Amino acid sequence: MDLFIYDQTFEGLLTAIQDAFDLNIEPDKILSTKAFQDDLFAIKYYITTDPDKFEKLWEQIKDKSSEQNCQRIFKAFLSELPDIEIIIYNYIKLILETPYNVEVDFSNENLVKLNNIQKKVGREAQRVMMFVRFQKTIDEIFYASFDAKYNVIPLTVAHFRSRFADQKWVIFDTRRKFGYYYDLENVREITIGNQKVSLDSGKVDKDILHISEKLFQKLWKSYYDTINIKERKNLKVHMQFLPKRFWKFLPEKDFKNNLVMN
Amino acid sequence: MQINLVYLLILFALQSEMKQESIDKLKILASAARYDVSCASSGSNRPNTGKGLGNAAPWGICHSFTEDGRCISLMKLMLTNHCIYDCAYCANRKSNDIPRTTFTVDEVVDLTIEFYRRNYIEGLFLSSGIIKNPDYTMERMVWVAKDLRVNQNYNGYIHLKSIPGASDQLQQLAGLYADRLSVNIEIATENNLKMLAPDKNYKSILNPMNTIKNKIIENKEERSKFRHAPRFTPAGQSTQLIIGATPDNDKHILNLAGNLYNSKNLKRVYYSGFIPVNSYDKRLPAIIEPPLKRENRLYQADWLFRFYHFTIDEIVNDDHPDLDLEIDPKLSYALRNPWLFPVDINKASYETILRVPGIGVLSAKKIILGRRYNKLNQSHLKKIGVVLKRAKYFITCNELKTPTIHEIQPKNFKKMLLSENKPVKQYHKSLYKQLSLFPIN
Repeated sequence: MDLFIYDQTFEGLLTAIQDAFDLNIEPDKILSTKAFQDDLFAIKYYITTDPDKFEKLWEQIKDKSSEQNCQRIFKAFLSELPDIEIIIYNYIKLILETPYNVEVDFSNENLVKLNNIQKKVGREAQRVMMFVRFQKTIDEIFYASFDAKYNVIPLTVAHFRSRFADQKWVIFDTRRKFGYYYDLENVREITIGNQKVSLDSGKVDKDILHISEKLFQKLWKSYYDTINIKERKNLKVHMQFLPKRFWKFLPEKDFKNNLVMN
Repeated sequence: MQINLVYLLILFALQSEMKQESIDKLKILASAARYDVSCASSGSNRPNTGKGLGNAAPWGICHSFTEDGRCISLMKLMLTNHCIYDCAYCANRKSNDIPRTTFTVDEVVDLTIEFYRRNYIEGLFLSSGIIKNPDYTMERMVWVAKDLRVNQNYNGYIHLKSIPGASDQLQQLAGLYADRLSVNIEIATENNLKMLAPDKNYKSILNPMNTIKNKIIENKEERSKFRHAPRFTPAGQSTQLIIGATPDNDKHILNLAGNLYNSKNLKRVYYSGFIPVNSYDKRLPAIIEPPLKRENRLYQADWLFRFYHFTIDEIVNDDHPDLDLEIDPKLSYALRNPWLFPVDINKASYETILRVPGIGVLSAKKIILGRRYNKLNQSHLKKIGVVLKRAKYFITCNELKTPTIHEIQPKNFKKMLLSENKPVKQYHKSLYKQLSLFPIN
């Protein structure tokens, strides 16, 4: 059994795949250092991430297929599913070994598998754009935390940046414990070490909230309740579109013990 | 010192009173606007220029969902719920004794900006009751849009209701600031409209529609010559029809919608199941529950017309003036025209494949792409996302022959499909229970 172990980054994974091609080994598993548990009987290859190898493979994929296809591979990687590395390996191999551009061959099982995964990731990214709720703090930073199934922050930053260009904001992933901060000029990756913000629940201490924040949450909640038409009640559709796992971050769904720490 | 304290107390009391007042106002004017179904925020790709606030995402974003399952994308508000008209189907008609209030321009602008900054909404949908006269009302609505665009540098979505009877100049001005304009027709025949809404007529509704349409065409030409010419309602115009308040049949409603799409270049026609808000008015039917199923079928038919290359006449005609509530219009069409099937997935044209029940636009496109590489069979189709449960009776593919619609016959098909959808019968518990290893008795 051949195990390839890489450093959890996308560059690392592509380096691993390039190494597999170079060594002419068909890996049984490709694992990130996080997922790897020592296996006595396996032959292990520890991959050192190499920007040149990554660049070389990435260019090759770009030559063989469209920009959109490269995005698909990256999105699939963000799913962090247990077998995603091998799925990506198989897919890249398919792309490179087929003499023509194979990216729209919807009769191919590998392709359909990867496509379905990247679709789910894309949808989760959209949910984040939909359900993120900013809270204004006393220093005029709009703070939002969320708990996404997949690691979709990288797919949403550009959206928030162009939309909220005139306000400082933070988006924070409570599951992966990192986020991004926009300071009106640049966006940079951050972790939070502030006692006033809970890393697990994403709640914010009321001491650092802007004086008007509670009012607008209340206004929003009143709006939300008013706009509902009782005669048309349809909880099944409601739950389908607004899954419960997002409720704890929505002032309109969970006003009492919502985003503010007591 | 004491004076200071008193002053502070008064200020505090005033503030909390103001809070309550603005909450009450919001409740009144949001509940007045909630029967407008249009909530789309798609179709416009206004960029965020000069580091302002907001942009319009062309695919549209929903930000929340109410318990009735509708999406909240835009904040729907009435500028005022005072109205000089007396339309039978409207909650805000002048003869209703309800709390009335009016937003100031600043209040609407503030709410929009603050909600937008917190990512609650995708933009503003502003409607209004008619105060004084149409021009006076429309002018105030345009002020809101102008303030948002010009003073606040706001580039999010704005949907304005055009007030029937307002002047052409105001309609044009509104179109410069808004992403979408709409005029609601509400009732599908003019006679019924006159009966229910004596102050309105089709001319006052179709006039602004024509103005907007012509202006959009003009603007398109202008923009093809001058790239930076200002846009005019980039997301086009829409309208709404109330379903079930008058005896109009589906054929009439869909033909009207088809005409609007073709001759007025409308982007969307919305169908709103009638909800009795003035049950005392005997001109309206008494209904137990709103016709939600019919509304749903009408939307499906609307989709067939816009995305599936169907003509209205194929969906509803003199023989079938109403849509079948039990099955969707596409399946219903297939059962009426069984000689068109089965379709060979590996050879048929895109348009033909689109007509197969259970195959949507995306699946059809994937089939066209995928079959270039391989002969498709049922397992391929399943992975692509085709609903085989329905589709398998209407297609042939690279698979052994299975019973098609001709073997089953259309008249039996509906029964079969509907019985499949029923929940599994619950067997009586006393008959089937787990046996105990050590029977006590």
